[in-house]
Amino acid sequence: MSGAVYRVRLHGRGGQGIKTAGRVLGTALFLEGFEVQDAPRYGAERRGAPIFAFVRAARGPILERGAIQRPDLVLVADDTVVVVPAAGVLAGVTSRTVMVLCSEQPEDVWRARLAPKGPLHVLPLPLEDRGATSLRHVGMACAGAAARLLGVVSLASLRKAIETELAGVGRAAIDSSLAAAERSFVALSEHAGAAAPGEPIAASGYERPVFVELLCEPVLEATAMVHGARTSELVKTGLWRTVRPEVHAELCHKCHWICASSCPDGAISASESGVARVDYDHCKGCGVCVVACPHHAIAAVPERSTEVPK
Amino acid sequence: MSRALMTGNVAAAWGARLANVDYIPAFPITPQTEIIETLASWVDEGLVDAKLTMLESEHSMVTAAGAAAATGARVFTATSSQGLLYALEMLYAVAGWRVPFVMVNVSRGVASPITLEPDHEDILAARDSGFLQLHAATCQEVVDFVLLGYALGEDPRVRLPVLVNEDGFQLSFTREPVALPAASDIAELLGTFDPMGSALRGGNPTSQGIAVLDPSAYSYFRYEIHLASRAALAAWDEVAVSFAEITGRRYEPVEVYRADDAEVAIVAIGSFSTKLKEAVDRLRDAGQRVGLVRPLLLRPFPDAQLREALAGKKGVLVFDQNLSMGKGGVLHTEVCSALYGARGAPPIVASFIGGLGGRDLPSEEIYAMVDETLAAVQRGEAPPPRLLFTHRELTQQRRLQVIAGVERAKGGAP
Repeated sequence: MSGAVYRVRLHGRGGQGIKTAGRVLGTALFLEGFEVQDAPRYGAERRGAPIFAFVRAARGPILERGAIQRPDLVLVADDTVVVVPAAGVLAGVTSRTVMVLCSEQPEDVWRARLAPKGPLHVLPLPLEDRGATSLRHVGMACAGAAARLLGVVSLASLRKAIETELAGVGRAAIDSSLAAAERSFVALSEHAGAAAPGEPIAASGYERPVFVELLCEPVLEATAMVHGARTSELVKTGLWRTVRPEVHAELCHKCHWICASSCPDGAISASESGVARVDYDHCKGCGVCVVACPHHAIAAVPERSTEVPK
Repeated sequence: MSRALMTGNVAAAWGARLANVDYIPAFPITPQTEIIETLASWVDEGLVDAKLTMLESEHSMVTAAGAAAATGARVFTATSSQGLLYALEMLYAVAGWRVPFVMVNVSRGVASPITLEPDHEDILAARDSGFLQLHAATCQEVVDFVLLGYALGEDPRVRLPVLVNEDGFQLSFTREPVALPAASDIAELLGTFDPMGSALRGGNPTSQGIAVLDPSAYSYFRYEIHLASRAALAAWDEVAVSFAEITGRRYEPVEVYRADDAEVAIVAIGSFSTKLKEAVDRLRDAGQRVGLVRPLLLRPFPDAQLREALAGKKGVLVFDQNLSMGKGGVLHTEVCSALYGARGAPPIVASFIGGLGGRDLPSEEIYAMVDETLAAVQRGEAPPPRLLFTHRELTQQRRLQVIAGVERAKGGAP
């Protein structure tokens, strides 16, 4: 039997360290003597796409498996995934779920937007990440926040977990990760232990699923196929972008076939004047064009730069 | 014994490392690639003294594995889903060569439509190939079953290749605490691979996979594979005892969890069985006498142990994470064939199919399956097979079909 199980979910985008944050939290809990289960969940791996990771911890063996149905603690590293339905940020969130968002928007804005029934905390983005090309430390900030809110992980174990999980990435990256995690660990000190293990779903008085019997239906309806052409146009993959390419018209030599043919998404075309034009609905921000442009006319600009104070 | 957090894939790689394998033919496919990546880095660092070769397909990979095992090398390999299906011809072939090695399958649903997520349709397609088949439920079992797989497959009574199944995502990418046995203990358990006098050499060639056009001789050779597989049940008892002496972990061919006094027994294989144990605990909290009976071995099928574990139950609930098109759940068929006509056989064996393409199995659905099985027991009639598919899911499917219908009407497709 499992006994009390802590259930934590971390949300963000590929490349923001969500998988690593889950592993850091898992290892920290393991160092504290807990049984642990941690895993990232994503489909086809790709930078910028919504992903989540989950961590379970208990004093006895953990029998639960798969995605967490009723989280005790939900941490969101990138506030732009909240509005993506497929990200499932609010799935299973109840009045006893503690929520943490890394955001530049203050707490009252998020209270108004989400109307959470339970506690909600906003972690300001780490200073060194403002204006950086990606949110390098939001994952670590979430791991530090989670460790503090669970209240059963010491700073020493958190530090050791980061050293363990980041071994091999270099001293500078480890130090900045330690700093980011410690900052949120300290920032939430008055809420230590606020996230408590929830009860398992009882076998009496549960919400009974409504099963349906499927019928044999006409083949065209019952076969997985895409009928429309160019349906990928309808999917706004630009939402995945953390860095945007900006074309400086004064530097552009109008040799758009170079940047356009190097774009893996076909998201660059020429304007009437011949200057390269980026389709921001579909550009995923990979940065290939930034490197390909022989005249350095395309700059990589963080998506959030307009919101960053000087 | 110290423990470490590791994914099922890393645990599988540790199994190969502890077994001191000589040769690793490989081909990448999600979600098994991390196994080969892990072994490749260990080979690179000199931690594993083996030759790792990337082949041009899984078909060639299994051929290379069988050929290398025929020379007396201890071989490890891994695959998933379409890869296993692509190799299927050679699975049957190398089993007939009677060469032991271990292949891990990281289970993933098969196309069409395409999925990356787990179910058991890939591994069950290999059910009749002659490979022994072990189904792990935890990351610990992944490493343990790879090691047991070598001991079992190399047993002189058996001499067959072994498939160890770990569920994609649920085990492959999930970290759990794993205790690794000492390398010296495993070296003692497995010894060096004994080719038993059939070592293939360039200077002393033999032919494997020959034509046997005499039907009687063919029948003899094929039935010998079957008998060798059945002999693995007896070999298991000895191998499992030796393994338990080293590790303290004793594996029975069929695990029985809180089922001795149960009215309803749930039968399932693979990683969802821990989830089913959790549900059994909650059902027991609610006063219901429910237990779990889990075959660890699917081939050979532990019929006798299953009959014993299920004797006297009022109802059995079989959860299948697979679908045999035109029939239903494969495990349900297997359980029924083991029980039919046996003394004390439960009168009701209900079939539930779920977890296809990575679909979750919420606790509430497990409770509902038990309720439906109990209702069938009351009625005295088995219910029709049930696909776990909710009204909410159908509504979502209908939305997609409306969109598809509009696109279809626009032209292009008929």
